[in-house]
Amino acid sequence: MDIATHVFSALYQFGDAFAFLVLSACGLAVIFGMMGVINLAHGEFIMCGAYVTAAAVHAGLPLPLGILAGTVVSALVGVLVELAVIRHLYDRPLDTIVATWGLSLIATQGTLIMVGSTMAGVGTPFGSFQVGDYSYSIYRLVLFCAALGVLAALYALFNWTRFGVLARATIQVPHMAAALGVDTRLIYSLTFACGAGLAGLAGGLYAPTMTLVPTMGATFIMEAFVTVVIGGADVFLGTAPAGGVLAVVKSVMTSWQGQLFGQIGLLVAVIIVVRVLPKGISGFVLRERT
Amino acid sequence: MTGLFSLFRRLEGPQTVGRGPGFWSLFAFVLAVALAYPLFSDGYTVGNTVYFLVWVFIALSLCVIWGYGGSLSFGQTAFFGIAGYGYGVLTLNFGSGYGFTLLALVIAVAIAALFAVLLGYFMFFGRIAGVFLGIVTLAVTLMLERFMAQTAGPEWHIGTARLNGFNGMSAMPPLTIPWPGEPIVLFADVGLYYFVLGLLVFVYLALRILMNSSFGNVIVAIRENPERAEMLGYDIRRYQLITFVVGAALAGLSGVLYTAWGQYITPSSMGMTAAALPLIWVAVGGRSDLTSTVVGTLVVLAAFQALTIYGSQYALVFMGVLLVLTVLIAPNGLVLGAMNWIGRLAARFTQRAG
Repeated sequence: MDIATHVFSALYQFGDAFAFLVLSACGLAVIFGMMGVINLAHGEFIMCGAYVTAAAVHAGLPLPLGILAGTVVSALVGVLVELAVIRHLYDRPLDTIVATWGLSLIATQGTLIMVGSTMAGVGTPFGSFQVGDYSYSIYRLVLFCAALGVLAALYALFNWTRFGVLARATIQVPHMAAALGVDTRLIYSLTFACGAGLAGLAGGLYAPTMTLVPTMGATFIMEAFVTVVIGGADVFLGTAPAGGVLAVVKSVMTSWQGQLFGQIGLLVAVIIVVRVLPKGISGFVLRERT
Repeated sequence: MTGLFSLFRRLEGPQTVGRGPGFWSLFAFVLAVALAYPLFSDGYTVGNTVYFLVWVFIALSLCVIWGYGGSLSFGQTAFFGIAGYGYGVLTLNFGSGYGFTLLALVIAVAIAALFAVLLGYFMFFGRIAGVFLGIVTLAVTLMLERFMAQTAGPEWHIGTARLNGFNGMSAMPPLTIPWPGEPIVLFADVGLYYFVLGLLVFVYLALRILMNSSFGNVIVAIRENPERAEMLGYDIRRYQLITFVVGAALAGLSGVLYTAWGQYITPSSMGMTAAALPLIWVAVGGRSDLTSTVVGTLVVLAAFQALTIYGSQYALVFMGVLLVLTVLIAPNGLVLGAMNWIGRLAARFTQRAG
């Protein structure tokens, strides 16, 4: 064992943690950043994406198409949820939390009733490679690239497209945007669908790596919440750096004391960060800039 | 004497629904029925009723923090679990002699309150509010559940008490009142019923007094408009912290009573589903009023148990639907809405008569 393999091992664990945090959080962050709504059913959208992906793969589709199907179906469910529930609660953010929690209960238990307590999984593709004494999964590297890709795509979406401009206008001053002829309700619907779709994408990407159970959403939400709380309202200035910082905490704690202590480290990091930076990293950065 | 009298005058006021002889005679009637009820029932049913009453405390805790204080906490089950485990560890180590179980109850509740001081300090003095508060408390709760669930090995023990991981702790002694001659053991039937009922009536009346006192008025003012309350010179962080700790102590009391009732406690009593249930009772009942919370909790719990018997797995789906519909259609709660309606009806009736 020389230094290089140690460094590679640490980098690999960091990348793995970073991908998990960013992928599971970005859907939540988009919805929260845009609408100030915390979607507690986020984990269930992830579960939905994973289930649809698995079902599509079992039906004979290749995995990338399956993931696409999971993303699209989650986004469509997101539109329905927005129309039926979220739309009526925009002026009551606390009630949105409660309502989405109700939705999450319905989704978890409903899936348990309809699909059963577990679903046949999908094999992890690509196999593994060897560095030093340890072997590493190639798919984990793919996930890391996917996380970077999602961040890049979101950046492009919000900065270079017409939807992005309208969406940012709607965040800043909703009334003004509406007065200028922007259909803010449509923007909200699309944003919610975008967040739900990102959750579905996370579910689809992680479907090959975990057991598919109705409560699988719970394994994601803690990390997702923690990242969004630390990051604050902005996806690029908040979620990405928060993902980076937390990935260091998590990978160091995990390799030192095990999985659980990685999560405990995250939690302690959150409580300390919110005490020091109440508006999260993005709030801190924005205040420094002005 | 006058001090005591003015304390009792606080039993009714702007922060609680229900006033006047009509309300209190109804209260006395319900209390009398509750006292006489074990005479007409069997031990098993009474024990089951104790189970309902135990949950009312955690509902009241959420009512205080969320309904009155305006801070949505998903972490009540964390305090429930901490106090429950605390009671288990204490009584398994030191036994139940000399009234120690009652002391263990107090210590366990104090541990939960202390934990709330620590957590609340970081949250409220970090000015976390609104949705973030909910998320941090939820994260703490889930973390605690995961932590307790992995304590299966023999190395996880406190004194002689094994934590037992996912299966939880069991076989702790029930609450015991020391009595000359023979101590009274409160098994989960009539004895525990009267103990819990007495405690509930005490807590309910004490909370009515607290909420109608100046403290209660201030925390409601903070809920309505934090900036204005602060401009008026109140240190809102301190008030929120105190509210949070009071709520945590109540949730802890619920946890101890639950542990003493069933003589077991498991990590899943802190999980997602367990944390969701008190929220449903309080939201459906009417979070901004103590009486509505108590009534709502008992009604929803009874309905949930009946549903679990007849439609087992659909019960939770139904609860979720109930929660979403309540938030959409009657955000102030169904029981509170009904009570306000009755109150208006009564007022109109007395006006016409007078």
